[in-house]
Amino acid sequence: MAKPAQKAASGAAPKSASKSAAKPAAKPAARGKAVESDEDFALRSLQMTHEENRRFDASDEQLLHFYEQMLLIRRFEEKAGQLYGLGLIGGFCHLYIGQEAVAVGLQSALSEGLDSVITGYRDHGHMLAYGIDPNVIMAELTGRQAGISKGKGGSMHMFSTEHKFYGGHGIVGAQVALGGGLALAHKYREDGGLCLAYFGDGAANQGQVYETFNMAALWNLPIVFVIENNGYAMGTAVKRSSAETEFYRRGTAFRIPGMDVNGMDVLEVRAAAEIAFAHVREGKGPVLMELNTYRYRGHSMSDPAKYRTREEVQDQREHNDPIERIKKELAERGKTEENIKAIDKAIRARVAQAADFAENSPEPDPSELYTDVLVESY
Amino acid sequence: MAVELKMPALSPTMEEGTLAKWLVSEGDHVGPGDILAEIETDKATMEFEAIDEGTVGKILIPEGTENVAVGTVIAMLSGDDDEGDETPAPSPAPKASNKDDDAGEGKDIGQEPSEAEITRPVKAEPKKDPAIPAGTNMATVTVRDALRDAMAEEMRRDDRVFVMGEEVAEYQGAYKVTQGLLAEFGPKRVIDTPITEYGFAGIGTGAAMGGLRPIVEFMTFNFAMQAIDHIINSAAKTNYMSGGQMRCPVVFRGPNGAASRVGAQHSQNYGPWYASVPGLIVIAPYDASDAKGLLKAAIRCEDPVVFLENELVYGRSFELPELDDHVLPIGKARIMREGSDVTIVSYSIGVGMALEAAEKLAEEGIEAEVIDLRTLRPLDKQAVLDSLAKTNRVIVAEEGWPTCSIASEIISICMEDGFDHLDAPVLRVCNVDVPLPYAANLEKIALLNSDAIVEAAKKVTYR
Repeated sequence: MAKPAQKAASGAAPKSASKSAAKPAAKPAARGKAVESDEDFALRSLQMTHEENRRFDASDEQLLHFYEQMLLIRRFEEKAGQLYGLGLIGGFCHLYIGQEAVAVGLQSALSEGLDSVITGYRDHGHMLAYGIDPNVIMAELTGRQAGISKGKGGSMHMFSTEHKFYGGHGIVGAQVALGGGLALAHKYREDGGLCLAYFGDGAANQGQVYETFNMAALWNLPIVFVIENNGYAMGTAVKRSSAETEFYRRGTAFRIPGMDVNGMDVLEVRAAAEIAFAHVREGKGPVLMELNTYRYRGHSMSDPAKYRTREEVQDQREHNDPIERIKKELAERGKTEENIKAIDKAIRARVAQAADFAENSPEPDPSELYTDVLVESY
Repeated sequence: MAVELKMPALSPTMEEGTLAKWLVSEGDHVGPGDILAEIETDKATMEFEAIDEGTVGKILIPEGTENVAVGTVIAMLSGDDDEGDETPAPSPAPKASNKDDDAGEGKDIGQEPSEAEITRPVKAEPKKDPAIPAGTNMATVTVRDALRDAMAEEMRRDDRVFVMGEEVAEYQGAYKVTQGLLAEFGPKRVIDTPITEYGFAGIGTGAAMGGLRPIVEFMTFNFAMQAIDHIINSAAKTNYMSGGQMRCPVVFRGPNGAASRVGAQHSQNYGPWYASVPGLIVIAPYDASDAKGLLKAAIRCEDPVVFLENELVYGRSFELPELDDHVLPIGKARIMREGSDVTIVSYSIGVGMALEAAEKLAEEGIEAEVIDLRTLRPLDKQAVLDSLAKTNRVIVAEEGWPTCSIASEIISICMEDGFDHLDAPVLRVCNVDVPLPYAANLEKIALLNSDAIVEAAKKVTYR
């Protein structure tokens, strides 16, 4: 059974409260001190602040926007899955279904045009959250000239410097060090921006992640490390791959404060993001956020689905779905069935249009093979 | 019996130093390990320890004396009475005779004897680079200083340029290439990193993606193996994968190839590795002018550059044009010596050996043309083919393994595009195809040398 699923399903509050009470006791006691040092307190102070008020108080308009964004990702990814089945998308295709609240919630707290974002190979869901045109994303998936990378990147390699989205990286963990570089550039230019660097629970075991933690903390870089813990590194459950499964603690050795966040509730994600971003913007250095979430679909399209039970997935879908949660909340706030259906319909139409665009756009001209290898001519 | 205490050497290249402080006085009794004095040079400070037991006799050089030559007797140590005249104690000057064994990171070994054996000074003037205007004043500068000046000039010119790596700032560079940069540009732009190649190569690459112009120094390219994923997967491929949207103007630089007596893990030429990757620019200069002019071009370049230096060449002096802005074109080879009988293609330290071989060949009436590729990717095919058309014979001299080498690539080019001009097979003269051994004699056999080049040149000229 996947740990994060339980964490997220049970609602993180009681668990975290017990954790934060238990954790810091050991060290000061060993030193014979009654009170922990300010430094140790700083490591968990963000989490304590988060626990005081877990959920973001969204306006009706904001809530609706979150719903629309998450639904767009869900429907887009479902469509991508279909196109993959039809042979229109090749190679790897990593769907974001189930994890929508993470990217949408965090993105909503960023300063647009200022902050930079970088992630791994499960990137199309993220790109939609950043407001990138679904047409060019889908056309990249189908390998067409109109794709955001002219059809030369594919599902794992998409970028939009216009939206300060720096990829889309296929090597597990590489984006963490690259994100450290983006953060260094923010600090170097003193532009006040921060970098949001996403990686998974699998990537969290790569050595370069810790090399980057060390330098980011040492140099006080403006970076938020986000571990999207969906419970499985491909098919390897967290508890089978990780000695410390509470990933938010993994920055402690580098004096990086950690936050343990329910990634299945966009409002909790948003609330946590505000605390983390404020800390970084105040020049206090990096923050490590663990977003506990769940991936409904396989790791990629060729997933054997043997490493977890159908019941486990079904349980998440029924009791913990981030979109259903907000849909229910919208209803409670007076949105009618018709209102919500109209939104769903509009999003289906938008996704259908993107798929249509992607299917009917021409493939890259053969001459494109030779372009963009180098910028300059020598 | 009395033992002479001699001025010690801190490194194989140290000739003199300052006797900063005596920590003992005449008449003090000392034992092995006791610190006798502090010795300083402009680069380092060392505590001078006693090796023998005895009583400090006459102090011959007072503290504060500058320019004390290595080996000068600075004090006398008298043995304990009851030991009579036993065996004389070993000289406290630790590095007097065996200089080769001290070649490692942080040692200033650019001029050590082993290097002089590898490449003796070439008598004839190398051919002038046509890129340098006639009548330009020339200064004599080491490759090390040329590289430093290139970085300093570009950092003055563009405030996005910064340098990061292990020991680049406060230590002044493990091989002193970044000497003085910290003082001029401060810690924001001259960044000491932890020993974490994969991590800082990624951070440098990310900073380039974010709009800066990083120079990432690897202490040697052997350590860049830990970071090669970022050099290839992150830096080289991004422009293509993004359809030209995201650039990565980063320079990865540092010493490459065999050093001296440091064994297999510290002695490898990665030129062919990086030169096989589309999306990278790979530069491997030989002399100071090319080192400076091409490093400046690399820093300005919009593409990611792997800039391969050579530790054994750092300390060597060459003529460097005194120009305000000495920038050379990437992707252009240079004819270092004109000749009509055979072409020797080389790069980096091999160029010195090729020039030396050309002199030996000239004594036997064979005029060799020496081509320095300078850039390994994109490779200046035309320069090779033009010279082949002229001499009809090509050999490649490469300080690196023969298998899948730059030499192999040159042979391919000659076969594919120059076959009609060939009067003899193209031969490669490379290191022996084994991991580099430590033993001095084996290392010497394993490495490229001018005699092997001469032999190959004679073979293709049927002499």
